[in-house]
Amino acid sequence: MLLDRNGGFRPDSWRHLADDEAPADGEAVTISFKRWQAEPERWSDRTRPLGLRLSNDVPPAAFGPAATRFALIVLNFPRFIDGRAYSQARLLRGRFGFKGELRAGGNVLRDQLMFMARCGFDSFEVDAERARAENWPQAFREFEQFYQPAADRRETILRQRLRSWQTAAE
Amino acid sequence: MGDPVFRLVTGNRLRDGKVIYFVGAGVWTPLIAEARLVEEWDGAALLAEAQAGPPPHPAIAPTLIEATRDGERVVPVTLRDRIRAGGPTIAYAGG
Amino acid sequence: MALYRYDEFDRKFLEERVAQYRDQVRRRLAGQLSEDEFRSLRLMNGLYLQLHAYMLRISIPYGTLSSAQLRGLAHVARRWDKGYGHFTTRQNIQYHWIRLEDTPDILAHLATVQLHGIQTSGNSFRNITTDPFAGAAADEIEDPRPYGEIVRQWSALHPEFSFLPRKFKIVLNAAPDDRAAVKIHDLGLNLRRNEKGELGFEVLVGGGLGRTPILAQTVRDFVPRRDVLAYITACLRVYNQYGRRDNLFKSRVKILVQSLGIEKYRQEVEAEYAAMGVEREELDLPDAVVAAMQAQFAAPSYPDASGDEAELNQALAAEPDFARWVKYNVKPHKAAGHAIVVVSLKQPGKVTGDCSASQMELLAELADRLSFGEIRITHDQNMVLPHVRKAALYDLWLQLGAAGLATPNIGLASDIICCPGMDYCSLATARSIPIAQALATNLAQREQEIGPLQIKISGCINACGHHHVGHIGILGLEKNGAESYQITVGGSDNAQAALGGIVGPAVAAHEVTATVDRLIDVYLRLRRDGEQFPDTYRRVGLAPFKEALVVAR
Repeated sequence: MLLDRNGGFRPDSWRHLADDEAPADGEAVTISFKRWQAEPERWSDRTRPLGLRLSNDVPPAAFGPAATRFALIVLNFPRFIDGRAYSQARLLRGRFGFKGELRAGGNVLRDQLMFMARCGFDSFEVDAERARAENWPQAFREFEQFYQPAADRRETILRQRLRSWQTAAE
Repeated sequence: MGDPVFRLVTGNRLRDGKVIYFVGAGVWTPLIAEARLVEEWDGAALLAEAQAGPPPHPAIAPTLIEATRDGERVVPVTLRDRIRAGGPTIAYAGG
Repeated sequence: MALYRYDEFDRKFLEERVAQYRDQVRRRLAGQLSEDEFRSLRLMNGLYLQLHAYMLRISIPYGTLSSAQLRGLAHVARRWDKGYGHFTTRQNIQYHWIRLEDTPDILAHLATVQLHGIQTSGNSFRNITTDPFAGAAADEIEDPRPYGEIVRQWSALHPEFSFLPRKFKIVLNAAPDDRAAVKIHDLGLNLRRNEKGELGFEVLVGGGLGRTPILAQTVRDFVPRRDVLAYITACLRVYNQYGRRDNLFKSRVKILVQSLGIEKYRQEVEAEYAAMGVEREELDLPDAVVAAMQAQFAAPSYPDASGDEAELNQALAAEPDFARWVKYNVKPHKAAGHAIVVVSLKQPGKVTGDCSASQMELLAELADRLSFGEIRITHDQNMVLPHVRKAALYDLWLQLGAAGLATPNIGLASDIICCPGMDYCSLATARSIPIAQALATNLAQREQEIGPLQIKISGCINACGHHHVGHIGILGLEKNGAESYQITVGGSDNAQAALGGIVGPAVAAHEVTATVDRLIDVYLRLRRDGEQFPDTYRRVGLAPFKEALVVAR
């Protein structure tokens, strides 16, 4: 099941192809980065919504330029303490102009959701039963303001202060 | 031949972190003298029994350690386990 | 008093953080979170599990406390611990007898005095440290603490860097005489001026002790002040992507810098920095922000104290014990007629860095009366009253003495840095406190003759006691079930930072004091006028020290 940044649950409508599986006509599928690299022309016909599954050790220079080709990118957290995909997400959003759906897969837990959402993730592969029991949607609302700029483009505390000082000075 | 070396299971209590010892049947005690001591070959079974039970488990990281008997006293083999059982070896501000 | 005061944003943020943590504890006690999942959450709030109980580490940002904050720390010690706290080598305080159930209330209480445990452990930014004399030292370019507060805020619950390969320690320094041990940190910021007179930072990366001690190297000589957050972001992003995660002991940034080489690491950072685009603007640090932050740390208005010298000189002449304390524990201040007072937490026979609730309360009161309500914590585990009028020194000395806080040993042999070791710590392989106590007692008699000497003791390879950079360093190990101690000489943590050399095979606990005596004897025999231990070591090398121990064996 997927949890959305806005707190809603929905089923996954994408099929995630293994590297030796063939897609049906017009079906929305994700493929691995390895498969994309091996035969980019095969997947460039644009007759279907195409998604990419990216492992967290692929350097930005390799995946960045092609990012806008995809409607969905799934980043992976092999263990929740492995935070490489946070930087991948920041770069996809901030530097490579990726506007599609950014999804977090793997070991996704409640207390990482806020960080993920701030780095640009839209959806999260979760155990729906546990997520409902522990009220995971609340995790997106635990803080009102933040100190750092991030992919959510919320105004930082520092910028808000600066604005209020400038208003006071006028 | 030294004293016979027994096995027992210890952990830290979830809610306050205090050192506790496994007595058996889901029961834990802060007193090492009350811990259940078994022979080496029964250690794995004792540990499995201590680890069982639904979450939240009362003890964090149940671990098998070695100890000898000295009369009524149970004395862990390693210095680390003796300090866990007896507290810091130095006087400190509080006591 | 002029210290950073939380505004509504800061207050709200910290309250939300406490509420979030309270819910995490509730979920753990209800069995919804496994210990594995909870461990990383509690560590992000400074809560460890040690040998006897939980240990809670509270951050003291840039080592500065107000008297109200120190009273808050005393209250925690009294109400929720056994009446004392332990000041660490990272300008933190830790409590060793904490119950998990109490931690949300403790943090809620500390939030009322603007203190927290955010990121005092875990694989993220740790407490930002700096020169304990910041804002009072005569030799600094500018008070580094406003930048410390800016970096503290920027690093709090950072969305991208809360799950780094390993912990990350940032240090700030603004004085030529490095009192912050810059080169043993993951990232160091040295405030400096360029040839045009503009302020900026030298950025060093890749220092750290532990299993593989390495000193930090310069990544860039000068980053303009307004770009510093963007530049640090680039340093971190490279680390987050390429730092090793397969081996805990090879995951610090120092290993990445070592394996890439500083040149390649620099190239990666500069490429990332150059590509940042709009993010650079978002992280821009305008002069107005710096100025507003500096206003919060404005120096107190010192009274005209130029007449104080005469009174002080009278007391110095009349009371040799007072004169001795002034000689070692009192340091020059930038304002005329004022002084910086270092309060020793190294009374012989007591535990290095421990401070009772009553001592904390006394220091808070003395700070209010005599030091504009300010207190500092030093990385060598002492406390500082940073702005004391010289005319008040005598009275202060009497009051400190009555509370066991006037040991005249700052920088001397009995002023030993020491981690808690196996008496408390679950990582330790040997005890360190009893070794420190034995050494201090043994050396106190001749420490004035020896002069400045830094002994640093760690109870395991993780090196919380900074043994590698001690003039004499002692590392506690376990060998065949017994404690043994490996000794190094010649280390240093100042601007000429150096790692010590191993003098021979590890020795048993009861041999440590005699061994250290012999090493000091070699130094006293070979030193030339004005040389400190590391100077002599640089000149004569390891051989004479090794020889003396071989002969003794």
